[in-house]
Amino acid sequence: MNAIIATTIFGIIMMFASFMVNSKSAISTLAVVLFAALLGVNIWDLVNTPANAPQLLFSNMLRIEHYSLWFSTLMTGCSLLYVLLMGREIQKVGTHVAEYFALIFFILCGVYVLSTYNNLLMLFIGIEIMSIPQYILAGSDKKNLKSSEASLKYLLMGAFSTGILLMGITLLYGAARTFDIMEMVSVLHSDALNPLALAGIMFIMIALSFKVSAAPMHMWTPDVYDGAPTPFTAYMATIVKAAAFFAFLRLFQVSFNSLSEHWTIILAIITAATLLVGNVTAVFQQSVKRMLAYSSIAQAGFMLFAILAVNAIAWQGIIIYAVAYSVATIGIFSVLVKLKDYTYDGFNGLAKKEPLLAFTAAIFLFSLAGIPLTGGFMAKYYVVLAVVQQGHLLWLVIFALLMAAISVYYYFRVIIAMYFKTGNPEMTSPVTAGDRLMLIITCLLVLMLGIVPQLFLNHI
Amino acid sequence: MILILLILIPLLMGILSFAIKGEGARPLALISSILTMAVSGYVSGANYTAPITYTHDWIPILGTQFSLVADGMSSMLCLLTGIVVMVVMIVSVNKPVEKPGSFYGFLLLSQAGLMGVFLAYDALLFYVFWELALIPVYFLCSIWGGEKRIPVTFKFFIYTFVGSLMMLSGLIYLSTQTQGLSSYAWGDIVRAGSSLPPEKQQWVFWLIFIAFAIKMPVFPFHTWQPDTYEQSPTPVTIILSALMVKMGLYAVLRWLLPVLPAGVAYWSDTVIILAVIGIVYASCIAIVQTDIKRLIAYSSIAHMGLMAAVAFAGSGVGMHGVMVQMFNHGITITGMWIIVSIIEDRWGTRDMTKLGGMATVAPKMAIAFVIISLASIALPLTNNFIGEFMLFNGLFSGTEASHTVMMVLAGLGIILGAVYTLNMIQKTTYGEAVAMRTGKDLTVNEYLGLAIIICLVLFLGVYPKPLLDLTSGIASMIVK
Repeated sequence: MNAIIATTIFGIIMMFASFMVNSKSAISTLAVVLFAALLGVNIWDLVNTPANAPQLLFSNMLRIEHYSLWFSTLMTGCSLLYVLLMGREIQKVGTHVAEYFALIFFILCGVYVLSTYNNLLMLFIGIEIMSIPQYILAGSDKKNLKSSEASLKYLLMGAFSTGILLMGITLLYGAARTFDIMEMVSVLHSDALNPLALAGIMFIMIALSFKVSAAPMHMWTPDVYDGAPTPFTAYMATIVKAAAFFAFLRLFQVSFNSLSEHWTIILAIITAATLLVGNVTAVFQQSVKRMLAYSSIAQAGFMLFAILAVNAIAWQGIIIYAVAYSVATIGIFSVLVKLKDYTYDGFNGLAKKEPLLAFTAAIFLFSLAGIPLTGGFMAKYYVVLAVVQQGHLLWLVIFALLMAAISVYYYFRVIIAMYFKTGNPEMTSPVTAGDRLMLIITCLLVLMLGIVPQLFLNHI
Repeated sequence: MILILLILIPLLMGILSFAIKGEGARPLALISSILTMAVSGYVSGANYTAPITYTHDWIPILGTQFSLVADGMSSMLCLLTGIVVMVVMIVSVNKPVEKPGSFYGFLLLSQAGLMGVFLAYDALLFYVFWELALIPVYFLCSIWGGEKRIPVTFKFFIYTFVGSLMMLSGLIYLSTQTQGLSSYAWGDIVRAGSSLPPEKQQWVFWLIFIAFAIKMPVFPFHTWQPDTYEQSPTPVTIILSALMVKMGLYAVLRWLLPVLPAGVAYWSDTVIILAVIGIVYASCIAIVQTDIKRLIAYSSIAHMGLMAAVAFAGSGVGMHGVMVQMFNHGITITGMWIIVSIIEDRWGTRDMTKLGGMATVAPKMAIAFVIISLASIALPLTNNFIGEFMLFNGLFSGTEASHTVMMVLAGLGIILGAVYTLNMIQKTTYGEAVAMRTGKDLTVNEYLGLAIIICLVLFLGVYPKPLLDLTSGIASMIVK
């Protein structure tokens, strides 16, 4: 897993760059180059690791599997896309541009640990590595009170949930006498179930629900996402959330699989609540940014499907969902940051003023809503298929699809504003040729995921 | 290969049309629609020997293929799509419209979606085209529609989207029940569905049927329809009422009746009762309308209700009648809408109470209107007579005694239909000219478009054999 080392080094390089390089755009370019290099390292790892032979690293602390390498690579790819789309906006957040990029590299380090951890302690460390840079990024707009509030709130809630996670791990250790998630499998089974283990699983489930912002542990999400500088919200809502999901899935799929009868119903209720709260509350938002925060809660509801379905499709499901959702969300945020006014009315008449921006935004919104021929459809399809194949919980599938229909309401309000209303949206900066190119590429990715997903799915 | 042309021509021409600035999109759209019409004509002609098929791998790991089959019913509906879109293009070729490039682009895209729906032989592909046909129409209505267009079309979109998602969950469920690997091929879905135990079929039925019921629309899922028809620009109203509602009925015949026989048997009486309520209810409302666009919208609910009822009655003649009537209704209602749009264009109102005297001002148009209206109430020697006769015959000769009662009630629809249609003709065409003192008669392109419609109306009314032959095999297959 060279990527863990590489991302750490790149992060440190970026920190040094902050006093070696003066121009913001040079820093930004350097970051793009390093992200591309990091993607290269990930691909190198992927190619050089045999597909069917998991490797154990660092005294069994990490377990490198085919799925985890794919996940890491794809998330790095999304990060590269993110930096390319958002680079100029990141420069505008504050003065410490290089540090922002460094922190993103550190977040990615946490992502890699979470995708490969084989030990509950590594789960804890991974979550911390991933979260702490985010607390800083959330508060990086120092002159803005809302940003500071977001940072503090995020820190407190994050610390709180980490505490619960640790408690869960401790209880689980009491029952299983091991931190190793593979060894745990032989100890935890239904016929001689230690109540401590069950309590531990519940604590861990609640802590991870905090991290993925599942209801009723979602309260922090709208405020943090709304308060944090928009470019960083985009990152938190996508790659970080996807990584937390992957960790969630890994633990519950590998270790707690045989106990699924005990936790499925609770998780199913959490899923239903997440879908309900996310979708219904999103309808009432006036700000698109806040709507996207609630929509990310709603999308989390769908991702929870993959965890509920304890079968092989779930792995593919979470990966394709993570990618499709991340690409579309990064895309829509990159359109959003171009606008001065984040309310729905701020989008009025965008189609006339910036047809390309409006068109790509429409495609991203289609994808988030799950319209066929976009990546979002395939993603939803996969997680739904995983649960349907499981056989029970069909009520949840139908409920989720009804909620998906509600989601059309708030996603399409943006489209209505852009295409059917008149107005003159104010832009923060002119849209450059580079922006256009990147938006077109992102848009093509979304469509490719929807039209020819086998190019991608055949390998996972 | 020829089948893929039916989708590709409108798709590519549609995309091209977006790129064209100014009026260049009109001839392009016209040429595209004529080409598509020619291909669909060829497909229907070739169909008397054997169905044409085309299969290509799409997403093998999901068990879905890009599989198109044009049997009698599919090729008939493709032909209908070809004819209707061509007539729309002919009639609207000189009507001013804002941003013609996007307008015609969306129209052609929706045509591509419709063709796909009628041809798809794979459930997931069918679903994709089902949505694909909807989205361009949503944009068309929302950009070029009437005053209240945005909330109205939004309601329409959400309604149909809810339905399609339910259908999707049903289809996914069925595909997981297929033997071996999951598959979406029509044959596999039929085998999986019909081998489900009856009580499962009974609830899967609703998952799938609700989408089709909203599209057709069957009472009480019809509330989106009159508003949407009223607010849409006429070319879109034609696409909606002549073609898109047929999607719902076609889907019932293709993806519901053969797939869930036990579920259908259990619920058929319920659906027939709902459909008959719809017929009577819509006819009664149509009588009190003064806006001719709304009047025709409600009459369309009544006509579709009859077809829906018979589709569930389970008799061979009836099923054959449903197919024939899908075509006939599509042709007739296209003519109706064209005349309505001309009236609105020339005289600026759709209110019957303000109209009158068309026969003196625009005699050609009046003749066309009368012929098409008479076809709409199924007078003998018009195409709809053949269809409705078969429908009633089918309902009457159905397996159950209660169907006879239903037939009598549905027969009210014909009487009421005559009431509101003749009333409409009387108020608009004859009498004193109030608003219609001046105004041109039909222009050349309108004349041509309506001539095509009227020729078809009369030809199929006198000699319906080609249409009957095209669909005869399919009807017996579904009813079996």
